[in-house]
Amino acid sequence: MSTKVISLVSIGAHPSSGRARRAEQDARAVELGLQLAGDNLQVVHAGDPREEALRAYLGMGLDHLDVLEQPAGADVLGVLGDYLRDAGAQLVLTGSQAETGEGSGMLPFLLAEKLGWPLVVGLAEVESIENGTAQVLQALPRGQRRRLKVRLPLLATVDNAAPKPRQSAFGPARRGVLAASTVEVLEDTVLAEDALQPARPRPKRLKVIKAKSGADRMKAATAKASGGGGKVLKDVSPQEGAEAIIKLLVEEGVVR
Amino acid sequence: MSDIIRRDPRAEWIARNRLHPLHAAMQTQQTSWMGPNGLMRKNPHAIAAGFIGPNGLKRIDRSGAQQGTGVGGRRTAAAEVQLPLHSVATPAFYIAVVPDMVGGRLGSHDRDLLGLAHSLAGSDGAVLAVVFGEHKESNFSTAGVDRLLVIEGEAFEGYAPEQLVQGLRAVDNQFAPRHWLLPDSRSGGGELGRRFAAALGERPATRVWQVKDGQCIGRAGAGQQDIQRATPRLILAAAECAEPVSETRHEALPVDLSTGVARSLSRIEDLGSVAVDPAAIAMAEAEFIVSGGNGVKDWDLYHQATAALGATEGASRVAVDDGFMPRNRQVGATGTWVTARVYVAVGISGAIQHLQGIGACDKVVAINMDPGCDMIKRADLSVVGDSSAILQALIEAVDNFRSGGQRDAA
Repeated sequence: MSTKVISLVSIGAHPSSGRARRAEQDARAVELGLQLAGDNLQVVHAGDPREEALRAYLGMGLDHLDVLEQPAGADVLGVLGDYLRDAGAQLVLTGSQAETGEGSGMLPFLLAEKLGWPLVVGLAEVESIENGTAQVLQALPRGQRRRLKVRLPLLATVDNAAPKPRQSAFGPARRGVLAASTVEVLEDTVLAEDALQPARPRPKRLKVIKAKSGADRMKAATAKASGGGGKVLKDVSPQEGAEAIIKLLVEEGVVR
Repeated sequence: MSDIIRRDPRAEWIARNRLHPLHAAMQTQQTSWMGPNGLMRKNPHAIAAGFIGPNGLKRIDRSGAQQGTGVGGRRTAAAEVQLPLHSVATPAFYIAVVPDMVGGRLGSHDRDLLGLAHSLAGSDGAVLAVVFGEHKESNFSTAGVDRLLVIEGEAFEGYAPEQLVQGLRAVDNQFAPRHWLLPDSRSGGGELGRRFAAALGERPATRVWQVKDGQCIGRAGAGQQDIQRATPRLILAAAECAEPVSETRHEALPVDLSTGVARSLSRIEDLGSVAVDPAAIAMAEAEFIVSGGNGVKDWDLYHQATAALGATEGASRVAVDDGFMPRNRQVGATGTWVTARVYVAVGISGAIQHLQGIGACDKVVAINMDPGCDMIKRADLSVVGDSSAILQALIEAVDNFRSGGQRDAA
């Protein structure tokens, strides 16, 4: 049984130098795809086929990478949607958000809406694929995992909980083929003008003391940072104390 | 107690010194104040009742400067300040907020978002908070919620993002909010907001950190660029996007949906959460930490207890220095600054460096021998007693709870 897996990749930017590189999360999507489909993985990029940074994906062990030729700032939604529908993909993997451009992270959501496919956010592991359904683990904040059963075809985004991408090797990166194909171009109107500016440092939030009188300000400045008003159980048996603690832990939902 | 009236020079000095932190607390009853219409109001009873002077004689002071220490008038804490009520009788428009409600309560990100919503609503609009399922929050009114819509139903339980989008669509149809605000967080808001945006066909502004004069600025790309644009209808705001509401009290009137929410055919089935090895979770992002300190005598028992509770292990500096715990488990200024929702400190008295490290924790439970230690002052629940006995009782109690729960389920 073989499931057709497609990974969507973009061109990233190094966080400090800004140089073009393989995008961190997209590389994780490729890694997950390689683990699932091996050599049958299909990788697609919509953009400039002459971009050298794309070869970093080829260096992960791919023979070729499909490029749908698009100028910078184009709306790739329609092109990608048509490509995925025609390719008959069962599982499509993408990063959560791009490292260049707007980086709104909307593309997988819009694609899922356009194709009418279910979308899983933060895929960590695919446990099994059988009878047209996939059992997957979804990464939650604080290192938690959730098991989901999803109908195929499925679109999934990966974030930093997915397996670490393998290193890109130089030889395969040179040998790999960037197969460009020409498709129609749709301009994105919102980003047409230079809306992107270098990030301004955000103001640090100050601890503002709103006090009407000098006495209040003095009190706020000298107050000890203690919660106060906590419940103290003194002279109780260990069993009663433990019961009270368990009650709180269950209320908070950390003991299940 | 003797009947001899004694002077308390310190209290008198505090009463004279208006800048003293205890001045307000030791003041006697208020005799005049500004009324709601700006008129000065007096309480003649309080003036005529006077106070007992330092020599035991009753004194009436009409100058307004209260001196001395009243016998019964020594209040320990200043009265709770009643903030002015911000009420919107007939809202001209709505600003809808969908808070994350992690653990059923408003988080700091949610409060920032409500502050932003309040500034967008001005005096005519109303802030509508949409909450799915049960919640434990009791302070919606001080957080800045004018209208509260709680959508309940078994369809919204568990992980049902497609159903939540249907719920938001129903809210959109009924209230037609001018803006939708969602937290751009990993704990649900970012995902729900993007799903909703895709369903509505609206282009949202994401990672927004400032909204001003009809323009909003959000981070773009990998955080190296900003993007500025006219404020769209749907805003996914980053943390600290605005100051939380602090100067007004709000009505938090419950409202209802007039129509039922359409059921979506779920294509994603939630099979529940998966047990994760608590030791494998990074300390900084663990949700539930049980820390041991100098007061823990039986470390094997401590490890048993953390395993039984399913908690991530932490330690104070003393426990690490003494070699009972590895260095990477140290909590505090020199170790890891933790963000756990529930933090249990066993035998940790609470050095200031340790208290700094747990500053972001929501609920703190202390188990300690010393009822006067700093950790007990910080804790929400403290049990004074021997740590070994309490840990043993905890293991038994959690076993009882688990077996009892299974019996209920069967």
